[in-house]
Amino acid sequence: MISRWYFWLVVPVLLFMGMFYFYPLISIFFLSFMPEGSLDASRVYKLVNNSYYAGVFWFTTWQAALSTLLTLIVALPSAYVFARYAFKGKALIQNLTTIPFVLPTVVTAAGFQALLGPRGLVNNGLMHLFQLERPVIDIDQTVWFFLLAHVFYNYTVVLRIVSGFWSRLPENLTDSAQLLGASRCQVFMTITLPLLLPSILAAALLVFVFCFTSFGVVLILGGPRYATVEVEIYRQALHLFNLPMASALALIQIGFTFGLMAIYTRLEKKVSISMMLQGKHGDGRSAQKKQKCFWVTVTVLWMALLLGAPLFALFLQSIITEDGLGLLYYRGLLENRTDSILYVAPITAIANSLLFALVATLIALTLGWLSAAFLARSKGKASTMLDPVLMLPLSTSAITLGFGFVIALDEPPLNLRSSLLLPAIAHAMVAFPFVIRSILPALRSIPQNLREAAAILGASPFRVWTTIEWPILRRALLVGAVFAFAISMGEFGATVFVVRPQTPTMPLAIYRYLTHPGALNYGQAMAMSTVLMVTTAAGFLFLEKIKPRRGRC
Amino acid sequence: MWIPKSLVFMLLMAALAGVASAKDDTSYITLMTHDSFAVSQTVLDSFKKHTGAEIKILKSGDAGAALNQAILSRKNPLADVFFGVDNTFMSRALSADIFVPYISPLLADIPDSLKLDLTYRLLPIDYGDVCLNYDIDWFSQKGLAPPKGLADLIKPDFKGLTVVQNPATSSPGLAFLFTTIGTYGQEGYRDYWERLRQNDVYIASGWSEAYYGKFSRAKGGTRPIVVSYATSPAAEVYYSEKKRGAAPTAAILSRGSAFRQIEFAGILRGTRKPELARMLIDFMLSPAFQKDIPLHMWVFPVRSQAALPEVFREHAHKAQAPVMLPASVIEAGRDDWIESWTEVVLR
Repeated sequence: MISRWYFWLVVPVLLFMGMFYFYPLISIFFLSFMPEGSLDASRVYKLVNNSYYAGVFWFTTWQAALSTLLTLIVALPSAYVFARYAFKGKALIQNLTTIPFVLPTVVTAAGFQALLGPRGLVNNGLMHLFQLERPVIDIDQTVWFFLLAHVFYNYTVVLRIVSGFWSRLPENLTDSAQLLGASRCQVFMTITLPLLLPSILAAALLVFVFCFTSFGVVLILGGPRYATVEVEIYRQALHLFNLPMASALALIQIGFTFGLMAIYTRLEKKVSISMMLQGKHGDGRSAQKKQKCFWVTVTVLWMALLLGAPLFALFLQSIITEDGLGLLYYRGLLENRTDSILYVAPITAIANSLLFALVATLIALTLGWLSAAFLARSKGKASTMLDPVLMLPLSTSAITLGFGFVIALDEPPLNLRSSLLLPAIAHAMVAFPFVIRSILPALRSIPQNLREAAAILGASPFRVWTTIEWPILRRALLVGAVFAFAISMGEFGATVFVVRPQTPTMPLAIYRYLTHPGALNYGQAMAMSTVLMVTTAAGFLFLEKIKPRRGRC
Repeated sequence: MWIPKSLVFMLLMAALAGVASAKDDTSYITLMTHDSFAVSQTVLDSFKKHTGAEIKILKSGDAGAALNQAILSRKNPLADVFFGVDNTFMSRALSADIFVPYISPLLADIPDSLKLDLTYRLLPIDYGDVCLNYDIDWFSQKGLAPPKGLADLIKPDFKGLTVVQNPATSSPGLAFLFTTIGTYGQEGYRDYWERLRQNDVYIASGWSEAYYGKFSRAKGGTRPIVVSYATSPAAEVYYSEKKRGAAPTAAILSRGSAFRQIEFAGILRGTRKPELARMLIDFMLSPAFQKDIPLHMWVFPVRSQAALPEVFREHAHKAQAPVMLPASVIEAGRDDWIESWTEVVLR
């Protein structure tokens, strides 16, 4: 019998998850049902029996549904254009649309403040132009503000999934239907749409989950009037100090997201679609040149407006000072003033973020690699059972995770609250499922017989590994590393709970600046957001550059 | 794999810096406080001159949020001394037991009426009256009579003119909620807030957002009525660019419209620098620090002998009959009041 040595690969991963995932979650469970040590379900009862909390859940669902609908309306036409037409620079544009999705939520919030906030570019411009006294667009602290932000960062989810799927739909079906006399509308309604539906559903579900667990943009753009479940957990824990209630909310949130993710995974298997996958690009043979030109231009301009404007506004606001253009706010990042709202110089926040991201990336890569190596080799029951378990952190909200860390890890047996690396561990927990997903396909793509053939021909196991596995693995590891690094740099929800105020990270510093009045705070928020935006975007553009060239089509 | 060497070097340096700064030493002491804390550099320097230790200031959000942070991390304290627990949150701090007692010799100079904690874990540092402030110029330009008390804010004439702070996150906000409870009673305050909401009140999350962001005296602010302190008009005079004899704002101090807020400091349980922590508390009660309070935090020092600056003597006020709620009533009601306020006003 072959020894199952590879099973040992996953043991450290499970230990890590036990300590930093299951233990905090179980603590939440105990705190919500036994706040004083004995069984007391009154908090949970109060939760289900109170119209206020029912309202919070209803609002969370409602805004997520509306965000999803808006995203679909905005992104589906673009998905059509991207699926059907080939044009110059298409790959680049599609890659650029990914940037909003990977941007930290605080940067997104800062971008929308910079564009449409009360002192944003549009309002300032209009006030200047028409000599007005108060801002024209007054959407700060309304639902619309963060709905817009949701559309902004989920746009690419719909675009990628649907256009990838659409471009692979066989064209002969629609061609023959048209040949047989069906109108274009008929063809779309009876053939294209039904075929497309699973991919639209999958995209919609994913967007819904992201909006359901939205935290940063709701907190910053929505103001105190609006609370999703995430924001309410944060409020109950840090503002009202009602930990049992926060736990009860977190528990219900866990149930919700697990349920939604389970549905998504089933759907994903059924239609074999993936966020990571890029479809074959349409060849545009059915399009007339003029028509194509028109639609492509409209789509690209629309995308530039929706996705580019907030980021451009962010950059502009970071260099527009009260005395004209300048780098005042960037210079401010280097100083540590006594009246500053941060304990340390802002530059230290940048250093902290880099340090945490570096450690988080190392942990996430190790865990992800071990898990993927196990999953790729194991074919039996163990793998089918463990795969979803390893994906669990993906469907747990960051707020819940951070809250669990705070209540579980600050007393024996695991007293890690003063450990500097706790934020890095939290980030790694959020990031390592992404690493698994980027490495696993690469490992699975290596045919087993290739290894065996090499071994039979006399190559040592090490040689087999360096010549066959490593070249394929290297690129996947790099992709995973960039993902993990970016996730850690931008992580906000868990960090809010876990980080010590002496070691603030960039998103935390941005949040502090954004929520304090004064031109200097505002400007520094913009400057630091720009730095974070550029770092994140650069990482992903670098990835796109080193991507293996596919066959042209 | 291609990674620039300089980047690796930078990250390593960052890592080393992070580790180095984490080491414990007595060359500094950490003071955890809320965002509105302010003190002059010369006063900070004088502490360093006397003790050799630098004061590092850790601002942790608004008063409520800062205290909650301190409680959440009580097993691994974030700082040595905490400043900014006020009488609205005092009972929460005391029952969480995050402070150790210290009977400072300097307490002898402080009036007994301000020493609310008889266990000496929380020592009074300053006090002030939370009340409504209004922009005098705004009202005279519009030809509207300024408000005289809480009851005016719910009149149609004052629709959309008021900004208050969220009591869940801000201590003046909580003090103002208590004012309405003291005035309208536990039965009537919800109704008052309901009508205030219908009158388009703006809820800011903290004092600075309200006063420096939404109040009509601030750049871009539009609302001429704000919850602030009875001493704020003095600050307006002090900071106004042109020398002016009269304050541009006024505080409403009529009966039942102000709440007295006393701020305390305490030594955090678990500090590794108890010696220095006691020195810091003594320092905050000393004449040098107390004299510095009015012009930086714009409240009254607890040390009655501390000389007040001229602008304070002329333009800062104290309410004659502030709303008083016993600590036990506050403790029993606070969480429910905040929760029901949130339901009435925010949702």
